[in-house]
Amino acid sequence: MTDAVRGRVVAVDRAGARAGMALVRTARGDVEVKHAGDVEPGDLVRLAGRGQPLERVRPYLRGDYPTPDTELARLARRRLGNLVARGKAMAALRGVFAARDFVEVETPLIVKAPGLEIHLTAIPAGPAPGWLITSPEYQMKRLLAAGMERIYQVCKCFRAEEEGAHHASEFTMLEWYRAWENLDAIEADVCALVAEVARAVNGEPIVSVGNRRFDVGAPWMRITVAEAMRRWAGVEVAGDEPAPVLADRVRAAGIDIGTATAWDDIFYCAFVEKVDPALAACDRPVLLVDWPVPLGALARRKADDPRLVERFEAYVGGIELANAFGELVDPLEQRARFEDDLAARRERGREVYPLDEKLLAALTEGLPPSAGVALGVDRLMMIVLGADHIRDVLTFTSAER
Amino acid sequence: MYDTSDIRKGLKVLMDGNPFTIVEFQFVKPGKGAAFTRTKFKNLLTGAVVERNIRSGEKLEPANVEERSMQFLYKEGEDLVFMDESSFEQVSVRAEMVGENADLMKDNLPCQVLFFNDRPVDVSLPTFVLLEITASEPGVRGDTSGNVTKPATVETGATIHVPIFLKIGDLIKIDTRTHSYVERINKS
Repeated sequence: MTDAVRGRVVAVDRAGARAGMALVRTARGDVEVKHAGDVEPGDLVRLAGRGQPLERVRPYLRGDYPTPDTELARLARRRLGNLVARGKAMAALRGVFAARDFVEVETPLIVKAPGLEIHLTAIPAGPAPGWLITSPEYQMKRLLAAGMERIYQVCKCFRAEEEGAHHASEFTMLEWYRAWENLDAIEADVCALVAEVARAVNGEPIVSVGNRRFDVGAPWMRITVAEAMRRWAGVEVAGDEPAPVLADRVRAAGIDIGTATAWDDIFYCAFVEKVDPALAACDRPVLLVDWPVPLGALARRKADDPRLVERFEAYVGGIELANAFGELVDPLEQRARFEDDLAARRERGREVYPLDEKLLAALTEGLPPSAGVALGVDRLMMIVLGADHIRDVLTFTSAER
Repeated sequence: MYDTSDIRKGLKVLMDGNPFTIVEFQFVKPGKGAAFTRTKFKNLLTGAVVERNIRSGEKLEPANVEERSMQFLYKEGEDLVFMDESSFEQVSVRAEMVGENADLMKDNLPCQVLFFNDRPVDVSLPTFVLLEITASEPGVRGDTSGNVTKPATVETGATIHVPIFLKIGDLIKIDTRTHSYVERINKS
């Protein structure tokens, strides 16, 4: 059946050199076929095989195809090709984990204790108290305590009010964990995964942002947060200085901090203003490593410098792809950090969520030393396909639900 | 006061005592940090564009600016007199506020006058105005390669470079953004 064609007529030529030909949009791309003069743009058509007549399966009813708001016109123009590539990428992604002896898991999307990170807002779901996950990390860590060693998950995550060129409030996350291993193994995974997915879709480990191409198969640039802040923002950051001291240094570098008083807010005023654009200008993928403790989240302290944590972020062309931790497994420190997060949320007038006591119980039971990472699949697809807006790689955006 | 969720194109805000309009904005959010809106503001008095990152939680002060549709009436010394199309109120504006376009203003031209704290601070002309050529040397045949132009004076006194084939009495369309000739209009 290699000559069979089925799809939708998007154009019909009635005069000129191509008279008698119709352009048919199929699931595998556009194909030109002969017609006998009775097809219209918009018709669903089928050609059984070479030499057979083009059969009009369902005539288009409204005329004037394509109208700009038809489902097909919108999807086809921008995204159909990207969705096919996305399917290919997901198959490659699962292959990467299968080759490394990972088990794919699925944890609940509706939880009783969502992520406590100060700057995230969860979306309520199900019978109260219930929220959609902002990330599956609490549940996946419980699986590590239960004895699983290499696990990964691809799932939807939900974060209220996050919409932009690189943000969708409903997005696809890839998380994976390695028990009994450290952050170096995760770093190697991230670089290999991005290269492998790019190769599966583009034929080579090349991705693009804007019109710039990046070789993700070559070694990635590594820079510490302290060095990035020194080089690009002109600000010294140790991690143990009080917030007012950091504020003075940031202002002295000529950066406006508005009314920010919290350590992390002051830090990010400088980061967004100076480091983000510099990361975007780097011509290689970047691993931003060794984060200061106030930005430690769920990462453990570094053995050789307690002012820093084991954490890295991966950037390509300024797009933040992934965030990784050497996982904090100490139940007492974890509880203290959760309490701090809750206090900070209360102070800033943000919604306060329950503590995940099941995670804390799992940590008390004991987690082996572990490392893990969360990677934005939609953003990965953006760089693999060279899309400049996240909506180009989504099946439907929030406005199209 | 506005917060970052109010940010949209065209929002008028006051910063450092100057009125600005938002021309572009982008949502940015570091993985573990606060959300920012990378925002481009245009100074309504000078036209200068500045970029600022507004952290979620910061406030923006609304600017007391208002754009009113007004008709140009006449010149009075160095002043231009406009009339509000709905209230018929008249205001005088210094000609320098209009800049080089002052010589494109014909009586009854509909304009947008921007008021800041109830004082007129800026005048925008329509993008295109139609004016008649009142003086111009006849075109000389000769070099016809490329875009050959000649100066012509229009009814409001402005000198505009026009194609060599145009003559006195022709009606032309002028782009007020560039103060230049666009095309000849057939009078009907």
